[in-house]
Amino acid sequence: MDKAVAHIWPALLDGLTTTMTISLAALLFGAPPALLLATAGRGGRWIRALAGIYLSFWRGTPILVQLLIIFYILPFFGLELDPVVAATLALALNTAAFQSEIYRAGLQAVPRGEIEAATMLGLSSRMIFLHIEAPQAFRTMLPALVGEIQALVKNSSLVSVIAVTDLTRRAQQLAASTFRPLEVYASALVLYVVIGLLLAGVGLLIERHLSYRSEGQ
Amino acid sequence: MSGFMTDAPLYLAGLVTTITVSGSGIAIAILFGLALALALRSRLRSLSLLVRAYVEFARGAPLALVLFLLYYGGPQFGLLLSPYVAGIVSLGLYGGGPFAEIFRAGLNAVPKGEREAAEMLGLTQGQCFLYVELPQALRLTLPPSVGQAIALLKESAVLSVITLGELTKVAGAISSITFAIVTPYLTIALLYWALVEILSRFGRILERRFAVKGF
Repeated sequence: MDKAVAHIWPALLDGLTTTMTISLAALLFGAPPALLLATAGRGGRWIRALAGIYLSFWRGTPILVQLLIIFYILPFFGLELDPVVAATLALALNTAAFQSEIYRAGLQAVPRGEIEAATMLGLSSRMIFLHIEAPQAFRTMLPALVGEIQALVKNSSLVSVIAVTDLTRRAQQLAASTFRPLEVYASALVLYVVIGLLLAGVGLLIERHLSYRSEGQ
Repeated sequence: MSGFMTDAPLYLAGLVTTITVSGSGIAIAILFGLALALALRSRLRSLSLLVRAYVEFARGAPLALVLFLLYYGGPQFGLLLSPYVAGIVSLGLYGGGPFAEIFRAGLNAVPKGEREAAEMLGLTQGQCFLYVELPQALRLTLPPSVGQAIALLKESAVLSVITLGELTKVAGAISSITFAIVTPYLTIALLYWALVEILSRFGRILERRFAVKGF
């Protein structure tokens, strides 16, 4: 590797920080609406219909198009958002749709008898959710959740299109300035893959930890 | 309004490009994925390990970077591709990994006894694979395959970045000429939505068609 290529790493790692920040922010901001959507099935007809349309739209259209719509439409309502904010918002609204499916399936997998038993024992519905439903649902949905986080990191590469200097954008800039697109893009690709593998590893560790605890009880 | 009707041919052209590019990309991804799945099941340990590494690698790679690597990095080793070909090949390489996982799981789900019975009946290994294992595996893998095809169709929007004139590129071009921004992007969003809906309905029809009674 010659000098021109050796100095790309600081810039790529800087881009990676932005990529991870945006992905993490989108994951966290997407979680509360996802939980609401996951429980929308218990609501009335109108709530269910609205949730259905929301899910269908965000799952049925490309993320790039969603991102461009958010980025271009908000100024019409007088919201001049920073590209980073618009990018995070679009990714959060998108992952909310995908996370809600995961939460719904996870909550459904908790046996009804447990909830009935907890009700019999006089637990409030809040306590039932926090101490009975949520911990068990979390364990069943962990693999799917890790998959969604990996997808989120990958999808965040699209924010480069609206000039957010994430890892992909940094790679584009470096490819243009060093005239070595092959090395630069390959390096960025490796960084994405390493992050994906690290996430999978952390997921497995948590999974093992949780299953160990449940056996010990 | 510059008139939706005057822009209609542009949207139509973009729609056709999106369908042909993602259709070809999906076809390559399926064939490539099937080959990878066979390699994953191979008794040659080095081959299956190599392919396992590729599948894991492909899982973490964003399509945009696969595309850039091929389209902008390719010329560095003499590989000059048109946006059209680069788009199709990237979709194929990118989609091959997930399809390999789907087909591997499907082939593993076919009971071992079926292969033993086929061998007893005098079928060669190739015949057993083609007539016994593959049809059952394909039926089992239909729902996840349709899901993966839909994912690739949606991801094809990324190809607009290398100036391929598919739907997303068309919306960008129209908005830069007419300065209308909301209409073009909402229009293509609806078109993608319709394509996805058609594909998933088609998948459900296929599922019903190939469903085996009693299962």
